[in-house]
Amino acid sequence: MRRETKIGLYIFLAPVLMWLLLLIVVPHIDLFIMSLRGEDDLGEAIWTLDNYHSFFSERIYWLTFARTATYALLVTLLTFLITFPVAFYITKVVHRRYSAFLTILLLMPFWVSELVRVYGWMILLRESGVINHLLLGMGLLEQPVELLYNDVSMVMGLVYTSMLFMAVPLISSLEGMDDNLIEAAHDLGASKLTIFLRIVIPYAAPGITSGAIVVFMLTLGNYLTPNLMGGKNSLWFTEQIYNQFIASFNWNQGAAFGFLLLLLSSLIIWAGLRLSRQDLGRALT
Amino acid sequence: MDVVLEIRELVRRFDTMVAVDNVSLEVQEGSFFSILGPSGCGKTTLLRMIAGFQEPTSGVIRIRGKDMRGIPPNRRPVNLVFQNLALFPMMDVAGNIAFGLKRKRLAAAEIGRRVESILERVGLADYGAKQVGQLSGGQKQRVAIARALVLEPSILLLDEPLGALDLKLREQMKIELKKLQSEVGTTFIYITHDQSEALVMSDRVAVMNAGRLEQVGPPRALYDSPASCFVAGFVGESNQFPAQIEEQEEKQIRVRTDTGLQLQATPMQPMERPECRLFIRPESIILQPEESLSGINRFTLQVKTILFDGSNTKVLATVGESEREIMVSLPQNRQFAHIGPGDRITAGVYIDACRCYPVHA
Repeated sequence: MRRETKIGLYIFLAPVLMWLLLLIVVPHIDLFIMSLRGEDDLGEAIWTLDNYHSFFSERIYWLTFARTATYALLVTLLTFLITFPVAFYITKVVHRRYSAFLTILLLMPFWVSELVRVYGWMILLRESGVINHLLLGMGLLEQPVELLYNDVSMVMGLVYTSMLFMAVPLISSLEGMDDNLIEAAHDLGASKLTIFLRIVIPYAAPGITSGAIVVFMLTLGNYLTPNLMGGKNSLWFTEQIYNQFIASFNWNQGAAFGFLLLLLSSLIIWAGLRLSRQDLGRALT
Repeated sequence: MDVVLEIRELVRRFDTMVAVDNVSLEVQEGSFFSILGPSGCGKTTLLRMIAGFQEPTSGVIRIRGKDMRGIPPNRRPVNLVFQNLALFPMMDVAGNIAFGLKRKRLAAAEIGRRVESILERVGLADYGAKQVGQLSGGQKQRVAIARALVLEPSILLLDEPLGALDLKLREQMKIELKKLQSEVGTTFIYITHDQSEALVMSDRVAVMNAGRLEQVGPPRALYDSPASCFVAGFVGESNQFPAQIEEQEEKQIRVRTDTGLQLQATPMQPMERPECRLFIRPESIILQPEESLSGINRFTLQVKTILFDGSNTKVLATVGESEREIMVSLPQNRQFAHIGPGDRITAGVYIDACRCYPVHA
């Protein structure tokens, strides 16, 4: 009997294990080996840590990473600040009958691909775009202004792209919250702010944590939005990796950058979990 | 005794529906007061207005003489124990109880002392560090009550807090709550649809129906002399018959029930029309009454079934030609232990135990 259940377990686990092995583990081992390879002065292939060393010795590389990580944190924070009131409104303020409808309305833009949505923003924001056209027409502007290709527009685009991944866990964790908890806290003498800080936020904490992790990781690894909306001055770390692989044909360097991105972002999330005293296991269930 | 809560001509409307309709009542300091009514009678709305979650459409609520209009729930000297308890799942037991004290900005040492003393009072000493999820239903109950009581409110409101417990635990909690109330001396206002909870625990009970108060009084008064047709039917068990008045004297009427039974009965309210409703409690029907008794209606019962339930055993029987069954309590002295289905037995009921109320169309 025991043996049979074990075989059953393996059968069901096999596709997942295969998927992990073939698409995640094997390529990463290959990338890892690649990141440790280099050439000596004679052009011979050798084992070396040079690729990792150059990340720290060349200011441009680690500055790009620091910039990317800072902006990713900022995007995560902004996404949370914008999405939380929306999620709270949908789950607690509006009548239950409308909350499903509003949720769908919120998710609808995400049925369209990210590329199309980014182009939507570009149509609105570019020099000859809709907003400039309107402002000129109303006489508020004399010359069209370039609203695209700066950090502000890039962060806005990233926040917009990330909202879905914050909204879903927030809505689902707030939905499970008993309204009576809010009333009970109010009855026990808490002001609205205290209720929010001591009851609502702690209750939604697992949802906030999982939303924040997903948004942070996706933003850090995003290529499309920074590339299209950020312009030349808004260098994103993924663009560095892309440059190494495609522009410089330096696959070893690119592989090392990829590994560093994985390591450093995991480190940031670990630190974040420790600081907020959240548990990864609880956040993901 | 002082009046802790005074309600005057309170009305609450929702759109076209009137949830609370012109309610006035007074609650004495330190008493256990119940509001009893079927679901949807407006008792929860009344409670929420006292707690401050809803504002009355009109009327006045005064607590210790102070008008409560416009005062939010967090500034009212009342605390509410919710129907589903609403314990905070992200805090341990001590955290739940300390929540209200922290809002009062008491010193940490003082908070710790009060939390411990209230936990001891409700019999949960050493439970402070437990998570809410680790507690049993009865323990959660006590934590919820402790969380409200620790703030020393003028009035503790309880919204059917025993509803979610199983029967045995409910019986036990009834007694515990009553005991706790007399120990702490806080005024309890207890909302329930369960008449036995209200009767067992309360000093006074207000019976509510369709937004109005039908009767306010001590449990025995409600049971012995119900003021209205609704109270007679809702409080305690009764055999009910639609009936017609055949003859009317000053303090006594002669009625014929729809089953054809003719009885002398007592009118509880002025009878303006011949239609009325007759109530007879199961325990007021006497089996084999002695010949010498006077002021009694006599009839013969045809026993159908015995519903054995220990001290609450009942006989289902029919009278005359009708198939309608009436319930009769069986005395506990085993005098009638031999009765079985199919037996015929004489029975009687005192005229003043046959209560008649006018029927409102």
